[in-house]
Amino acid sequence: MRGTRTISAAIAVAALPAFASLAHAAGAIEGGGKQALNLPAVIMFFAFVAMTLVITYWAARRTRSAADFYAAGGGITAGQNGLAIAGDYMSAASFLGISGLVFASGFDGLIYSVGWLVGWPVILFLIAERLRNLGKYTFADVVSFRLEQTQIRSLSALGTLTVVAFYLIAQMVGAGKLIELLFGLPYLYAVIVVGALMIIYVAFGGMVATTWVQIIKACLLLGGATFMALMVLITFGFSPEALFKKAVETHPRGISIMGPGNLVSDPVSAVSLGLALMFGTAGLPHILMRFFTVSDAKAARKSVFYATGFIGYFYILTFIIGFGAITFLMNDPSFYKVGADGAYNKVTALLGGTNMAAIHLSNAVGGSLFLGFISAVAFATILAVVAGLTLAGASAVSHDLYASVIAKGRVSEDREVQVSKISAVVIGIVAIILGYIFENQNVAFMVGLAFAVAASCNFPVLLMSILWKGTTTRGVLFGGFLGLVSSVAMVVLSPAVWVKTFGFATAPFPYDNPALFSMAIAFGGIWLFSKLDSSNRAQIDRAAFEQQFIRSETGIGSHKAVAH
Amino acid sequence: MSSISIDTIKNDPQFQELVSKRSRFAWTLTAAILIIYFGFIFVIAFVPKVLAIPLGTGIVATVGIPVGLGVIVSAFVLTGIYVARANTEFDAITQQIVERVK
Repeated sequence: MRGTRTISAAIAVAALPAFASLAHAAGAIEGGGKQALNLPAVIMFFAFVAMTLVITYWAARRTRSAADFYAAGGGITAGQNGLAIAGDYMSAASFLGISGLVFASGFDGLIYSVGWLVGWPVILFLIAERLRNLGKYTFADVVSFRLEQTQIRSLSALGTLTVVAFYLIAQMVGAGKLIELLFGLPYLYAVIVVGALMIIYVAFGGMVATTWVQIIKACLLLGGATFMALMVLITFGFSPEALFKKAVETHPRGISIMGPGNLVSDPVSAVSLGLALMFGTAGLPHILMRFFTVSDAKAARKSVFYATGFIGYFYILTFIIGFGAITFLMNDPSFYKVGADGAYNKVTALLGGTNMAAIHLSNAVGGSLFLGFISAVAFATILAVVAGLTLAGASAVSHDLYASVIAKGRVSEDREVQVSKISAVVIGIVAIILGYIFENQNVAFMVGLAFAVAASCNFPVLLMSILWKGTTTRGVLFGGFLGLVSSVAMVVLSPAVWVKTFGFATAPFPYDNPALFSMAIAFGGIWLFSKLDSSNRAQIDRAAFEQQFIRSETGIGSHKAVAH
Repeated sequence: MSSISIDTIKNDPQFQELVSKRSRFAWTLTAAILIIYFGFIFVIAFVPKVLAIPLGTGIVATVGIPVGLGVIVSAFVLTGIYVARANTEFDAITQQIVERVK
């Protein structure tokens, strides 16, 4: 039993007005006690793995060129890409984390759902089609379109790898814990299985396999969540009011779960959190890569529309699931660690922590077979997301660092793809090792860190290079680097990390979320250093804006889909 | 793309029309979603009690529920509005511009 180490996610989530502490991290799932081997779950999971390996084999045969490997040859349709984007977004953590948050604090869960969703319209209006028109395989293609290749790609690769590293560690640790809990598999084996499978998907199947794994998982997750929400609603005769009434009667916090609690306390934290949720999305490299997998700007737009629909629908489901979990679980001691006197805390004593609310609910509404299905889907979800992250990291190494920075473009396509595959293997092995090292660390803050870096380095750099004529190489380099360094520094010095993780008495930086400040530093830095830049390179950068602008607006000269 | 076609496109009145129409539309919608979302966030930060008001006497559901769901739905609707216009009107204009420089 690992149950001694139950730092409840409920406490972490409810007590901190912090993005960093949010259960979006799979890392917030704590070892609440290893379970006996769950046979239906294992069988369904093996069925999923077998299916994905068949797809990977099929994808590997189709993957011949670099365009196939990085961007699925541009042959993904808008509907498929919408599902894949939604799949990248509906991580195990957002499924388990948000429903767990609703379970613990009710309405507050909705604040996070809303924040994560509203980034999508902004991506659509300002970035999506321009990204498709300008880029080829990575977002660095877009940033370096008219700027100096070597320096800009180095910065973009640094931003990508930083985001991927933190996100991947959080996912690996979360995966290990979750699998240990659901399947009864030892932590190290679980991490090795996840790492090995993601290496196979990415190294052999490239973007085609990664996309299809994501699509299948998205369908399974949407289907499973729909079933759970339906079962909850049927119980209450499709009356939300009846559901809420029962939840208020059951929950120890009573009527207060129907309004905002203490998740967001002061205006600065509120805005900073809002910015990170909204713009972090727009800087996640594995999500940005998806825009290069469709044929043109039209399909890129449509895929955002579909993705927004799927994600919005999914968040409404998690809200119902969270409230359903309150009504189904809180009066049933079999889901709790019950004290000697028969009493238990209805929120924090949930077996495995509050993030397991959706998992327990699946058992309550669908029995052990459905529990097995949802457990298998949760595992599949982690696999699909880490595969996407690995591909984004490997592409940054091969396409940006190796092909452009080291080989200066003098490299064959085959060699570049080969380097990418080797990178995927290396990233996978490093992820397994780090996942093992960080087993007993609190890694929940790492997802917050990944979002902060994405919002403060990748997003400003991308937006300014696309939209502002005056942006120069030096401006992007200094501004982007300042955004990266300041966001990492502020997260490390924040209460969530400095006090709660490192154990110091007071935090030098008072807010848990740095986005308001680090984004201002990045945008301000890019503007200021571009303005002050009177180098020869700056003249070239500014002069080339016109050509970039025409291509970004019309798509003339953009990379076309590869016919098969 | 040669420098000749850059100048041709840049001076094409239809291109200028496309750019100004689309950027006005995109920024208007961006402003709309920012106002909706940060409006929601500011209510939570300054007057959270407003969202905890029940929808009626004896009703448990609060104002916050339809408001929160409304923000989710509005995000979806706004993307739909943009895509509907961009994929028809704007793409048709783009197509004409592209045809001319071929």
